[in-house]
Order: sequence, then structure tokens, then C-alpha cells
Amino acid sequence: MAYVIEGATGTWELVIGLEVHAQVISKAKLFSGASTDFGATPNSQVSLVDAAMPGMLPVINGHCVEQAVKTGLGLAAEINRVSVFDRKNYFYPDLPAGYQISQYSQPIVGKGRIILDLPDGTREIGITRLHLEMDAGKSLHDQHPTASFIDLNRAGVALMEIVSEPDLRSPEEAGAYVRKLRSILRYVGTCDGNMEEGSLRVDANVSVRRAGAQYGTRCEIKNVNSVRFVMRAIEYEAKRQVAVLEAGGTVAQETRLYDANRGETRPMRAKEEAHDYRYFPDPDLLPLELDAAFIARVKATLPELPDAKKERFIRDFKLSPYDAGVLVAEQASADYFEAVARGRSGKAAANWVMGDLFGALNKAGRDIAETPVSATQLGGLIDLIEDGTISGRLAKEVFEAMFETGRDAAQIVAERGLQQVTDSGAIAAAIAAVIGANADKVAEYRGGKDKLFGFFVGQVMKATAGKANPKLVNDLLRKKLDG
Amino acid sequence: MTALTDLTLAAAREGLAAKRFSARELAEAHLTAMERARALNAFITETPERALADAAASDARRSRGEAGPLDGIPIAVKDLFCTAGVATTAGSHILHGFRPTYESTVTAKLWQAGAVMLGKANLDEFAMGSSNETSHHGPVVSPWRRRGDNRPLVPGGSSGGSAAAVAARIAMGATGTDTGGSIRQPAAFSGIVGLKPTYGRCSRWGIVAFASSLDQAGPLARSVRDAAILLGAMAGHDPKDSTSVATPVPDYEQTLQAGVKGLRVGIPREYRVDGMPVEVEALWQRGIEWLRAGGAAIEEISLPHTRYALPTYYIVAPAEASSNLARYDGVRYGLRVPGGSVDAMYANTRGAGFGREVRRRILIGTYVLSAGYYDAYYRKAQRVRALVRRDFDQAFARVDVVLTPTAPSAAFAIGEKSGDPIAMYLNDVFTVPASLAGLPGISVPAGLDAHGLPLGLQLIGRPFDEPTVLQAATALETAAGFTARPEV
Repeated sequence: MAYVIEGATGTWELVIGLEVHAQVISKAKLFSGASTDFGATPNSQVSLVDAAMPGMLPVINGHCVEQAVKTGLGLAAEINRVSVFDRKNYFYPDLPAGYQISQYSQPIVGKGRIILDLPDGTREIGITRLHLEMDAGKSLHDQHPTASFIDLNRAGVALMEIVSEPDLRSPEEAGAYVRKLRSILRYVGTCDGNMEEGSLRVDANVSVRRAGAQYGTRCEIKNVNSVRFVMRAIEYEAKRQVAVLEAGGTVAQETRLYDANRGETRPMRAKEEAHDYRYFPDPDLLPLELDAAFIARVKATLPELPDAKKERFIRDFKLSPYDAGVLVAEQASADYFEAVARGRSGKAAANWVMGDLFGALNKAGRDIAETPVSATQLGGLIDLIEDGTISGRLAKEVFEAMFETGRDAAQIVAERGLQQVTDSGAIAAAIAAVIGANADKVAEYRGGKDKLFGFFVGQVMKATAGKANPKLVNDLLRKKLDG
Repeated sequence: MTALTDLTLAAAREGLAAKRFSARELAEAHLTAMERARALNAFITETPERALADAAASDARRSRGEAGPLDGIPIAVKDLFCTAGVATTAGSHILHGFRPTYESTVTAKLWQAGAVMLGKANLDEFAMGSSNETSHHGPVVSPWRRRGDNRPLVPGGSSGGSAAAVAARIAMGATGTDTGGSIRQPAAFSGIVGLKPTYGRCSRWGIVAFASSLDQAGPLARSVRDAAILLGAMAGHDPKDSTSVATPVPDYEQTLQAGVKGLRVGIPREYRVDGMPVEVEALWQRGIEWLRAGGAAIEEISLPHTRYALPTYYIVAPAEASSNLARYDGVRYGLRVPGGSVDAMYANTRGAGFGREVRRRILIGTYVLSAGYYDAYYRKAQRVRALVRRDFDQAFARVDVVLTPTAPSAAFAIGEKSGDPIAMYLNDVFTVPASLAGLPGISVPAGLDAHGLPLGLQLIGRPFDEPTVLQAATALETAAGFTARPEV
């Protein structure tokens, strides 16, 4: 069902394109040797180049180039053998050189695609381009009553700007796009995807139109820093545009900011966007030329990507597309699942990982990397269920204990005496006792009140502290009552 | 015995090696000359204490047998090179108070070779000028005078302080930078040798940038051999400059005397410009005859896009400059003139810090890069630049070097052209094409004009073929026998 906005004059369709700025995982900056660690003392990670001292020259960091190529390959994109660094000129105190080195007309990565996993299937979203550029510093306006302070630690840090085609049609798709892109970036290890720290920032281009009509005028919402806010900002902005159009107005092409506190977008001051950037090729840097061998070498280092892994999970572990999609979203979850599922039932492994484990982690506010129950341990628990050592019901209790203590399932089962009772003599004795103590219920059952069977099972289980093998209990009980 | 300051660098090197005099004596002689010639305003910052300390260290090294190739040679450094702990101004007010914590690669190599620093030489502001009149620190006065005319003349520019210091025997050599002729033209005006190496031959790291795709460091000296010696110490690949080239540095001195027998010399017909003074034309002709007499084959060639070189240069260079100079914003170093807002601070600082010529070029550069004008100006200029380069490529398929005049006239008086930017820009008409093509070019003093002022001839070579250029230059130098010297 296509997402539309119901206006007073009919329905409107959304057209969304996203520009994502992803900070490249690299020890050093894009054009200098300065460190990129987050949260360091202001201006402690600034080289002469970053501060744009006179006569300083940028030198491209080969690792960042490799990271961009890797990302491009992860997006099934064309890698451009020749790309060019341009200067984007504007004055701002946290931009020391008065220009940002970026790639304008010849980016390092060309057209690619991202497959979205949506509740009603998959959708392919086009990637227009990916280019490398340097980040600016940070202006601090709240440190002094009349002056602004500048922190250049971030100045020169490598960013990848990843631009999508205007293929997205709903806030949900936009959210799914950011999540999927983040997942790919993390798989290939080129961006940590941490939106709170600003490693991943999203600009959303939003316009509305009548179904099938020409594109409307778009507004760009700058620097949104969570998936939730991206979705909310788009929704708000689309509705705002519809209201403008339905009132007979026109949408002005402009740059807007999303105010998360008030849940609205509003225009940046005209001054902030009225720039003529005067792009031209940076004469300090030669065109970046990549040979086929380099690209092949980078390709060889790519891990299995989420889409391929999902297909494999569906095929090899008989998972539903939905379960497979959830499990592959994070590489660590996928690896964990795979370790649990290997040699076991995929379905059981998926249920335990996605149900009990994710639930417990979520409740404890922990990441999969910090799980107290290792994949081997969870596998051990599943094995105990499979071989009949414990019942599925008690297994939940065992799991909770494992999560609390970090100990093996077998240990906990042994200590607490939770093994199933499979001794038919012991079970028969328990049944005899239950029947003896409930002569009236037995009579009712035999008189045709079949529903009471469950009562007897419950009583027997209670008498055996839940450890009796349920199947044996059923069989023996039925024999005893019916026979 | 000749005064120590009259020695060529090569002769001083021998004298030092033979211990006929010490580096200290050599430095003192030059410091005395510097003091006497202060009226030339050749230096922005004199560093006599540094010079004496360098000289003492040099003498100590020599006594230990560890002397380098330039050990004890006193030189001037164009104040565009960043020198650690020594004020670096680029001839501009905007770098007021700026003292780099780092040393440019080229000067670091010179000190490594044992050279002694006399001071930071005056220059046109940010190397923008052809007369050294745009310096915030005042014009440099040429040591030369027209016969019977005591009006002060310009030394050429932008490396005017370097040229004047070498011509006036204050320094045995100097570093310069050449973007469109800033080494070759002042060398010609001052009766000395100036060499602009191939783009990429010397590192630009630590040199205040004017136009990055054109800027190149090179030596000014009183002989071709001296220039070759200095270049040998300055050149080399630098990983900190992505545009520097990893071609090995040859021994430039070794082939100097090889002569020009069999060398093919191209004479570009397009350099016969309208209004060229007869004596420049005549000198060029003499140069042709000298080389022919030396056994060279002279060939007329065509460089058809020459007439577009100057307008192309005055688009490309200001475009890059407008961006390169954006960093002088009053935020981190140099001059800051406060204002009520950030924008006001920028305007106040840059308005007060940059002189007229620099402001003019920032405006031109900003204009040619602007939306709507980029294609008509900057992009077209890049295309023409490629054609200029191709002209030379085709010419060098037929000839080994190209011979031209260095400048269309001899030195002019201070103030004579400063009101007319176009007249000033025309000074570079013969030097700019090789700059656009990134080729090595040298100016050799070859004669005097009717007023007794020096005129230079330029030789242009293939990329990284400085050895052939220097070899032909030596032949010209020998044939010309230029012995005139300034009176001051």
C-alpha cells in the first residue's frame, strides 16, 4: 500500500532523496596525520595542515581512499578510476582554509544501489554517488558571553557523502534506508554509524506531488541525527508542504532545520544558505587514479554483505525472510546466530536469539557484544532441550539463570536438579498419587468431562516440580484414566 | 685579493674549502654590505645574529671535515618561505606578527647543505607584482641606475629583494619563487641569473602559496654555475607536497660546460611582439648568433597560442590566489581587526591587511570562479592552458631548448607603471607561457640597453631537463661575457 498524504484536495505522494555524511573509520584525517579520536581536549588533534597555516599542503590519506572504495563496493556501485578533489570556497571561522576539500564533478564512487527490507517485501533504492570530503571544525557559541570558541579537532576528518536518488516514497522507507546503509557501512567497517556522536548525519530532500506528476519543489532538511528524527522531520515537512500547496501557495526551495524538541522544521536564515561555493579543482592535489589491481585487492577484503547473508540464512537455516532480515542487520547478531544455529535447528536458534536473548539484552540495555551468554552456551541449552534433558518450559528458567550468572546450562540444570524425569516408574507413582487424591475429578472425567485431562497433567507436573517429561506424563496418564 | 662579496658562490666555495677565509669572515663581509645597502630596502627582516651563528657552526663543521655542499655560503631567503622562529610576512600586513614554528622544505634543505641565512628578502605582496612595489614593507630599490639619471629604478618582481641583494653583492645567492616570471624577470632587470625549475622539481611545502599550480621555488645568483649549485641543494621530491615529483636530482654542475654543439635551439616567431624595443630585439638576435657560433642548430618554431598566455595566466593565477588567500581571516594568526560580527571582522581584517594589488587579484579570481562566469573564464583558461602546453610539447619534438628575451624592456623607474596594472602585467609576457606549461626557464644577463641597464635572455627547456637548459645558459653566459655591475 503506497504511502500518501490525504490532503483536503486529494492525495499527495512524497519524493525523498537522502544525503548521508558518514565519518570514515580511520586513525588519521583525510589530508593530514592528525588523530581522529572522538572527545579529545579541544584543539589537541590539529596539525599545521588542519589549521591552514601558511604554506601547508594536503596529502591524501590512502586508507581513507580504500575505505571509500570498500563502501562503494558494498553499495554495488561503480568505482571511478579517476576522481578529482575540488575546493568548495566559503568563509566560516571553523573552516580554517576558507575552503573545504571535497569532490564535485568527479566523485570516487558512481551509481550504486541499496535493497530495502520492508514489511511488504524489498525495494531497490538508487545511489547517485559517493564522494570523499573533509569535515569542518566546531564553533562553540556557549563558552563565553561575547565570543565564539573554535575547536578544530574535527577539522579535516574524512567524511563520505552518500547521495541517494529521489527514490524514497515514505518516512518508513527513509528510515529503512538509513538503517540499511548503516548496516552496510558497519559490515564493511568503514563507518561506525554512531549517530549520537555525529559519525552519521542525514540531510533529507523532501518534496510532494500528485501521484505520477512532475517532481515538486524540494526543501532540504539539514543535519538530522537519528533515524527517528529523520522519519519525523520528513513527515512534518511533507505535511507542511501539502498545507502550503493546498492553501494556494508555492513551496520555496530552501534549506531547513529540524527542531527535535518542537518536532518541526523551519528555514535557516537566508544568509546561511546564500553561497556561491566557486568550486574548482584543488591545485594542491593531483587527480586520484586507482588501478584495477587496487580495486580488486579491496574487493577481496569485503565480508559477506547483509543481503547475501540474508539469502543464505533463508536457504541454509530455513528462516523466514523477516527473521533473516532481523538477524543480519548487525554483523555481530548474525555471527552470534550462526554460531548457535550451526548443527542445530535454525528455527530454534532464531527463536532463542531473537526472543529470549534479544529480549534480555534489551531489558538490560546491553549490546550483543556484551552478552553474558555466549553463542556456545546458548547452543548448549538448545542441545539439552533437544536431547530431552530439560523441558522447553524449564529451559526459560535455565536461560534466565544463565543470563544472570554467565554459567553453562548443564551446570545450572545439574545444580538445581532440573533434569526431566523420564523414569516411567516415578511418573506412574506420581500419577497414582494424583488419581488417589482426586477421586471426584476422576469420576467426572470418566463421566465425559474430557477437559479435566489438563488438570491431571498440571497436578502431575506440579508433583514432579515440573521436571516430568511431558510426553511420558501424557501417555501414562491417558493410559491410566482411559484404560 | 677580490672583496669577499665579489666572489661567485663557486669561488667562495673553493676559498672556504682551501681555508683562505672562514665562513665567519664571509658572513661578516656580507653583513657589512647589507648594512651599507640598507637604502635598497632589499630585506624585510635581517638576521645578522643568525648569520653569525650559522657561520660559526659552519666553520666548526668544516674543521671536523663535515662540510656540506653549500657550507658557509651566505644567502638571502625570499620572505615567502616560512622560516622557523623567524618572522615570515609574504610582504603583507596581514601576516603581521606571524612567526612560523616550521621550516619550508626548500630552506631546510639549504640549511642542511650548510648555507648561512642573512635575512628575509623583500618581495611584492604575496608575490603579486613585477616591480616589488606592492610590498607592505615598501618598494625595493634596484642597485642599478640609468646612465646620467639618478631616479630610483625597480629591481623587478616579485623576487625583487632577492634580485637586488644578489646584484648588490649583499648575498651570494638567494631563493626566489616564480609564478609567472617572478624569478626570471627580476634577474633580467638586475643583471643576474634566475632559474625557475620545472613545476614539481622543488617542494612547495612551507612556501606561502600564491597560485598553487604555478608556484615554483628557484635560485637567483650571479652565475649559471652558482644557480646550478643552489638548485642542486633546493630540488628533490617531498612527500609533503603531492605535486612534487620523484625524479632523481641530477648533478647540475657536471654538464654545465658540455657546450651547445649539435643542440637544436628553437626561436618562437610569436615572441616578436609589437612595440618590442629595438635593443631587446637586437640582443635576442645576438643570442641566436652566439649559440649558432657555438655549434647549435637554430630553428624558427611556432608557439601559436602565445598571445593567449598572458590573459590565461591572469585568470588562472588570481582564481587560485582568491582561494589560497581565504585563510588569512584574522581567526588564527596574523592581523586581526575586530568588528561587530564575524563578517565585519573578516572585512576589517582583510581590508586592512591586503594591499591594492592583492585585493584586485582576489576580486578577479573570485569573479572568474563565480557561478555563471566559471565556464567563460576559468574553464576556458584551463583549456587554453592545455593548448599552450601542447604548443611546447610539439616544439620540443623538434628542438631541445627555446631562446627568447626574458622581458620586453629593461627596468623602469619606481612609480612609472604602478598606476597601470595592464602595463605592469605585460612585463611577464615572455615568462608566463613557460609557467603555464610548467617548464624550466632561466634568465641569463646578456647585455645592456642604451641607458646602461641590464637585459636578459631566457632559455626554456623540456620538463626536468634543467641540465640542458643550464648547459645552453652557460654557453650564452660565456659568449655574452656580461661583466657590468651596478654602481650602488
